[in-house]
Formats: sequence, structure tokens, C-alpha cells
Amino acid sequence: MEFLSYLISGVSLGSVYAIIALGYTMVYGIAKMLNFAHGDVIMVGGYISLLAMTSLGLPWPVAVILAMVVCTVLGVVIEGLAYRPLRAAPSLAVLITAIGVSYFLQNAAQLLWGASPRAYTPIVSGALSVGRLSISYVSLMTIAVCIIVMIALTVFTGKSKMGKAMRACSEDKGAAQLMGINVNRTISLTFAIGSALAAVAGVLLCSFNTSLMPTTGSMPGIKAFTAAVFGGIGSIPGAFLGGILLGVIEAMAKAYISTQLANSIVFAVLIIMLLVRPAGLLGKFVPEKV
Amino acid sequence: MGKKIKSAANRAPRLSKAAKIDYATYLGVILAFAVVTVLGSQGMLTRSFQGQLVPICCYIVMAISLNLTVGVLGELSLGHAGFMSVGAFSGIVAAMSFQASIPSEPVRLVIALCVGAACAAVTGLIVGVPVLRLRGDYLAIVTLAFGEIIKELINCLIVGHDENGLHVIFNFDGSKTISDLGLTENGIEIIKGAQGATGTDTIASFTAGFILIMITLVIVLNLVRSRSGRAIMALRDNRIAAESVGINVTKYKLMAFVTSAALAGAAGALYGLNFSNLGASKFNFNTSILILVFVVLGGLGKIWGSIIAATVLTILPEALRGFEDYRMLVYAIVLILVMLATNSPQAKAVFSRSVGGVKGIFACKGNKAKGGAANG
Repeated sequence: MEFLSYLISGVSLGSVYAIIALGYTMVYGIAKMLNFAHGDVIMVGGYISLLAMTSLGLPWPVAVILAMVVCTVLGVVIEGLAYRPLRAAPSLAVLITAIGVSYFLQNAAQLLWGASPRAYTPIVSGALSVGRLSISYVSLMTIAVCIIVMIALTVFTGKSKMGKAMRACSEDKGAAQLMGINVNRTISLTFAIGSALAAVAGVLLCSFNTSLMPTTGSMPGIKAFTAAVFGGIGSIPGAFLGGILLGVIEAMAKAYISTQLANSIVFAVLIIMLLVRPAGLLGKFVPEKV
Repeated sequence: MGKKIKSAANRAPRLSKAAKIDYATYLGVILAFAVVTVLGSQGMLTRSFQGQLVPICCYIVMAISLNLTVGVLGELSLGHAGFMSVGAFSGIVAAMSFQASIPSEPVRLVIALCVGAACAAVTGLIVGVPVLRLRGDYLAIVTLAFGEIIKELINCLIVGHDENGLHVIFNFDGSKTISDLGLTENGIEIIKGAQGATGTDTIASFTAGFILIMITLVIVLNLVRSRSGRAIMALRDNRIAAESVGINVTKYKLMAFVTSAALAGAAGALYGLNFSNLGASKFNFNTSILILVFVVLGGLGKIWGSIIAATVLTILPEALRGFEDYRMLVYAIVLILVMLATNSPQAKAVFSRSVGGVKGIFACKGNKAKGGAANG
């Protein structure tokens, strides 16, 4: 029974990681850059939804939509101002720029909303009781949202015209452009989707932690990136699987081994995994051509 | 791939120029040390600046050593602070353990730096063997992971010393405290778990920092200009071509990585012995990133660039104290603008016309040295 409740909390935590990792993996797949600012977009999403619910008194679905809109705009603006001019630059320069954006968002949030943690009321309260097992509605909602997002993204990238354009761009930007695809617009769209997902993840994450501060997003951001690498970066089912597995490993490590070393165990599993399968669980290993 | 071959080809005739740059670097560091020492003895330096001298020396050594991994070897490392952490805490343990037996502070400092470097080198070897098999972003994420693991392990560490020798326990479940060490009455508590090292004897000095920088320069510059250094740079420029002419990939990658880790360990030991209280969380991901920023802004593969960037960017946030709340925001904006100005084609065209001279300092030319993440 105990094991089952740990498993459920692990899966729901993993679902949050998976939603963040989906955004990460899409952006990486198309722009080939580590967007370190992604975690901070999550934090902005959390603050916007909190302010919408407390200061404006809006109901939570409206607050979530507002957070998604704000984060989408933020993501597109960041991409347009900071990343687009560096499209041809070496990837290390883009990485440092992403770190700069991350610092900027954290410090701007600190100035706007203060450095001290704010209490966050979970968007839905209560729990479902099955026998002796009690599952909070937030957990159930997180898992449901994660599955819906995963399926929607798979269908979108597989079937729709824009999704196909995305896949074409991630394969070969030059060839995609020759086929009449607007590469810049496609990349902007990817950032928009990733940032909207980050807003959703922000609301769910804050509902779990019940608190929020300007650095809330950085550690989940790093872990979600780990999850994306774990599952094979660039792969949507991989990000989903990686996120869930990472959440479960973290919950189990906390419950049975050591609370203090939970993150270390997660990272150690990642290292071992990468040594066995260097391209991640579902990633394709591409041999280099000479 | 074509660009890199070009940069390798025109390296040979520039050898004398490289030597000139090296000597200028040595001379610059010596001059800076002399000027700061003279100013200090005249009492012309503010107290806060004097407090920063040793950290600046440590960051310079960190930046040079990371430049060896990122700039010269071409592998992106996001966990360099982990090696600094290993060096800092092992150095503190060494210095505190010999407190009774060796009264001379400089001797203890030298021992601490050597122990720090050795422990970090061993860690570098343990990390490097599996990590260097990976490439690009995967390597970056694994170095990040190792940095976090090192941080959490040191957070669990409780160390004390008495006449029976060292006492070490790992506080895995959070239940153990310093009293579980069973120290005798004369024993000293050195590292107290999550609290970190407290009550450390601060024996680091600016002169020691200067000597460490000089030793680092001698090691790194001689390595880079040697046969081994050329092999390492060949691996960076084109791994497959280098392998096909018989360069041992693992050997040279490990050589650069372990040297880099050892130097970071020595810098860490000096840093650790400069503060009486130090927690493991000081050496987190943000510190690794900070040092990476020094390296990238100073120019990949440019040792003198790392020195200048580390100095300027350590002083800058302090100089911006007047802005108080806004200083980190300004820092972030400056960082983004500098990256945009030096790397985007449009800005470059405008920039080179107006402030051509300034650009060279912050040049981060990608075709000179590829970023580790560039080639997955």
C-alpha cells in the first residue's frame, strides 16, 4: 500500500517533469539549443496564475489560460530578440545567451514580486480515496493533463501541416526552406508551444509545492532537461517516458534510500543510462559520416 | 566541418606570435600583481576590493582551467564547480588536520593546495573515464549531473580530526551529527554536513593566489604549445581526422580533463582557506555557469582573455553595488547584449565600424574554437 502511494506520487511528479521535458525536447529538436531559460518561463507561469487568482480573483481555468497566453508571448519575444539573431552563431554563444535570459527572468521576477516565497493554493483541492489509498485530485489532474498533452503533440507533429513543417525543420533547415517552409515562423511556433506547456507545468508544479519563489523553476528545469536526455532528446514519447521514469526514481529514492541524496540518485541513474545507451532510451543513434 | 580544418592549417606560421602572446600574458599578470601590491601597501585600496583579491585569483585559475576543457579540448563542461568543491573541502581538511603538527602557515597552504589538486585530479579521472565517451550535449548534461552529485555528497559529509587521526562519516539519512564522530577533547570539527566547513583557519593570501596563477599559466601554456597540446587541439578541430592519423582519443582527452580538474582543485583549496565558513552549496550549478561565462566572454582557447574576463566580471557586480537591486538584472542584460553584439551578423557589421578595438577583447569567434555542444 505504501509502495503504491509512493508510486502514484512519483508518477504525478514525473508527469510535471514530462510536460516540461516535452517543451524542452521540441525546442531542442528544432533549434538545436539548450534553452536554459525554459525553467524560468515555468516560474513566470506560476506567478501569473497566482496573481490572476489572488489579485484579480479570477477562477482557476481563466488564470491558467492567462498564464499560458503570457508565457506564449514571452517565449516568442525571447526567441525573437535573443535567439533569432544568433541562429548562425556557435552553440556555446547561444547557450550563454540562454543563461543570460534565465538570469534576467529570475532577477526581473525578484524585483517585481519579491525574493521571499509566496504561498500557492493548489488549483483543485481534496483527494480521491480508494480503500486505504488516497490520491489527491492534483495528482490525477497532472497525470491526465500529461497524457493529453503527449497525445496531442504526437498527433500534431505527425499529422498537421505545421507539425510536419516542424519535423522537416528539425531534420534539415536548408532543405525545409527550399520546400517553401518558413523556418523562422516554424521555430517561433515551437517556442510558443513549448512556453505554453511551461505555463501549464508551472501551475501544476506550484500546486504540488504549494509555494513559489523566483528560483522555483531552475531545478525542475534542469531535471526536465535530464528527463529529455534520458528518454532521447528530440523524441516526444522519449520525453514523456523519461519524465515519468525520473519522477518515479526520485520518489522511490526519497522514500527508501535517502532524502538528502534523492537528486544524486536521479543523476546517477541518468549517467549509467547514458553509458549503456548513449542516445537515450528512445533516441536514435546517428553514426557520424566522414 | 570545413571551417575547422582551415583554422588548423594556418596555425603553424603563427607560432612565434603565440609565444609573444604567452610572454605578454606572464608579464601582464606580474605587472598587475606588482601594481596591486604597491597600491595595497600605500593603503590606496578599499577594504572590499582587498577582500576580493584572493577570490579573483581563484576565479582566474578556474577560468584558465575550464578554458583548457572548453576552449582547447572543445568539450562543454557544466560541472566545473564540482572539482573546485572537492579541492576546497579536501584542502580545508588537510590544512586543519596539520594545524597542530605543522605550525608554518605557508607550508600548510602548500600542502592543502597539493591535496586539493590531487583529490580533484582523482575525481576528474573517475568522472572523465565514463563522461568523455559521450559527445556534445550529452557530455554537458553528465558533467552537470556529476557537479550536482558531488555537491550533495559533500553536503552529507561530517569530518573531524583528533590525535587518533581523521574521523569521517557519511550522513546519508540525516540522523547523524557531529557528536557521532566520537572526537576526543582536543579534536577539531572540520566539516559539519550541510553547514559545511566552519571555523576554518584562513591562511590564504594574495601572494599565494599570484603564485598559483603563475604555476597554472606555466602548466597550461606549456601543455597547449606542446605535442600533446597540438594533439588535443586536433581532437577539437576534427575528432575523426585526428583519430585516423593515430591520435589516442581517450588518452589526450583525459590528459586535458584531469589537468583541468587538478587546477580547479588547487583553486578550490585556496578559495576554501580564504573563508572561515563555507558550505557545499556555494559550488552549485550557478558557479559552474559563472566560470563558463568568464571563459566564453574571454574567448575560447584564449588564456589571457579568461584572465581579463574573470577579473572584470568579478569586480563588475561589486562595482555595480550602487544599483543594489538592479545589479544582477544589469549583469544579465550586459551578458545578453555582449553575446548578441559579438555573434549576430547584423550587430557585428555595425559594431566593427564603431568600436572595432573593444570588440577584440570580448571576441568569441566560433570558427576559432568550436563549442563543445556544437557537434552532437
